[in-house]
Amino acid sequence: MVDVQTLILYCSLFISLFFEVFLLITYLEVRGEIKREDEMIKDFTNRRSDDLCPTVTVIVPVLNEEKTVLDTVDSLLNLDYPMDRLSYIIVDDGSTDSTWNVISKYQDHPQFKIFKKENGGKHTAVNLGLENVTSELVGCLDADSFVTPEALKKIVPYFNDASVMAVTPSIKVHEPKNFLQYIQKTEYSWSIFLRRMLSSMGALYVTPGPFSIFRTKVFRELGNYKYAHMTEDMEMAMRMQKNRYKIVNSHGAHVYTVTPHNLKGLVKQRTRWTYGFLNNALDYKALFFNKNYGHFGMFIMPIATISIFSSIFMVGSVLSGWISRAMQVLNRIQAVGFTWKWSTPSFDWYFLNTGVLSLIIVIAVALTLFILYLSIKLADGKFKLHRGILYYLFIYTLLVPLWLSKALFDTVFKRKVSWR
Amino acid sequence: MVDSRKYVFAFFITALIFGTAIYASNKLTDKKIQDVRDIEARVAADILSSETQFALLAETSCRDIGPGFLSKELGPLGEKLSYADNSKGFNLEDVDSLKRSYFLLEIKDYLLMKRLTEKCNIKPTFILYFYSTKDKCEDCEKMGYVLTALRNKYPDLRVYSFDYDYDLGAIQTLTSIYKIKPQLPALIVNGEPYYGFKTVDELETKVPALKLLKTATSTNATTTLKR
Repeated sequence: MVDVQTLILYCSLFISLFFEVFLLITYLEVRGEIKREDEMIKDFTNRRSDDLCPTVTVIVPVLNEEKTVLDTVDSLLNLDYPMDRLSYIIVDDGSTDSTWNVISKYQDHPQFKIFKKENGGKHTAVNLGLENVTSELVGCLDADSFVTPEALKKIVPYFNDASVMAVTPSIKVHEPKNFLQYIQKTEYSWSIFLRRMLSSMGALYVTPGPFSIFRTKVFRELGNYKYAHMTEDMEMAMRMQKNRYKIVNSHGAHVYTVTPHNLKGLVKQRTRWTYGFLNNALDYKALFFNKNYGHFGMFIMPIATISIFSSIFMVGSVLSGWISRAMQVLNRIQAVGFTWKWSTPSFDWYFLNTGVLSLIIVIAVALTLFILYLSIKLADGKFKLHRGILYYLFIYTLLVPLWLSKALFDTVFKRKVSWR
Repeated sequence: MVDSRKYVFAFFITALIFGTAIYASNKLTDKKIQDVRDIEARVAADILSSETQFALLAETSCRDIGPGFLSKELGPLGEKLSYADNSKGFNLEDVDSLKRSYFLLEIKDYLLMKRLTEKCNIKPTFILYFYSTKDKCEDCEKMGYVLTALRNKYPDLRVYSFDYDYDLGAIQTLTSIYKIKPQLPALIVNGEPYYGFKTVDELETKVPALKLLKTATSTNATTTLKR
């Protein structure tokens, strides 16, 4: 008789495996599409006529970012795009450090407009910028992120398709230094692959703060950013999905972002993201299992929600297994003391765990590794083994439930989460 | 518009992976069960051989009994059965039937060992160990580690372990012969019952044959070193 815990574990594994298989099938389907997009971008770059380039405004909301804002602005100034078609708006959301003094040097720059306002949250700063936009396209860049020079010209060609309303970039980790940042580097590669697949499915549920570019009319028609549980970029994507506004992803447009360097920062950031997803998903629950919203409503939103619970459950089961094994070791130490001679040196396959769950976990890990290989190849152009992959496989998986359970707790008990 | 064929295809592949994993796992478990059955068959043959050899003792002397007189596979067999008993995935009926045969083989081996010690006047080097699987018995688990450590230390020591609550007439007869109370873990050493957890040191003191084995081991080690 299978107990309830094992049954839930089987179901969780089936869902995870199904999702991985689904992603791989999607990858097989869109390989040609990816090649065609690369050619389209090449074509745009070669035949680019400045007059045909749409006008673009990039809004940079800043709050106490005196250390990174200059690098962010420098990266924008290095964008390979006609100067007269590109402008910038920097909005200081009530910084208390020297950020305003730092950005004031662009006051007289012809491409810049600078505003200072009382602190009201990131969405209010971006909205102030949006009110002053006159260009055809508009985007946002967080002041802890940096664009590569070719990023914009790898985004703009997608707008040749009149139905495309927003294009998201591929986000990478800026100069990873410690093991947590290396884990995030691998995780971001995975996200690049995932977003590209979601793009083909028409199921992107976030237009990230760093350098997602929109048609300006999106904001004129659907309204500006909202508070949205501190994840306004998620809410905007869900609002666009609800109104059938097409969002696509340009996997070649790279944006680098500064990532948390310690566990506390990482948990805080991810709790905010997960909390934002859960609460925005609740706000847009009408989209769930709604055929009219295609893969987004029928599959991606439900599975993203279920995966929060199944991840907590699966890691919980692994940890409880480890705890019971540790208790056995402790019992053994109590009984016969500490000795290295416990284990028999000879190998006997009989003692290998060949249970159904173990075999399925091995297959799931193998599929994960294969998708990671494809992700890194898509993100970096080639696969290179680095330590982040090992950290990601063995440490990240155990860390995820930390923020998933905290976000779940905060949602259930309606606790507010903080930005920093 | 959702392409439902893609979902069906993905579902089919996932189900195929699950089905393959279930099939492979069942095959491997069957192979493990067969392994245990083969070992049991070999132990049974070993015991039969020893009994025959023993029957011939009337015509020969105790000196003719070599080191391989008793089956060496009883210990590893017990370990494999214990692993099967504690793992998910094994068919409970299969494991139960193998356990039943194992306990009977242990009793036969024990009787042979007992007759051998009486006939050849040698110090007994065996322990009868009763544990419980019915209630949570932490001391039984710890006692198991101690006995495994002792068996590793003294390869000639024979430990016969029995599930006190197992529904087998032979085990019930054994417990009534030694009047073993249900205070587990329980050990029978030289006919004397000992209840509760005992450390390696305590057992080495209480079992005279172990002392002898201990001395023999250290003498051997010293001789080897001198050489």
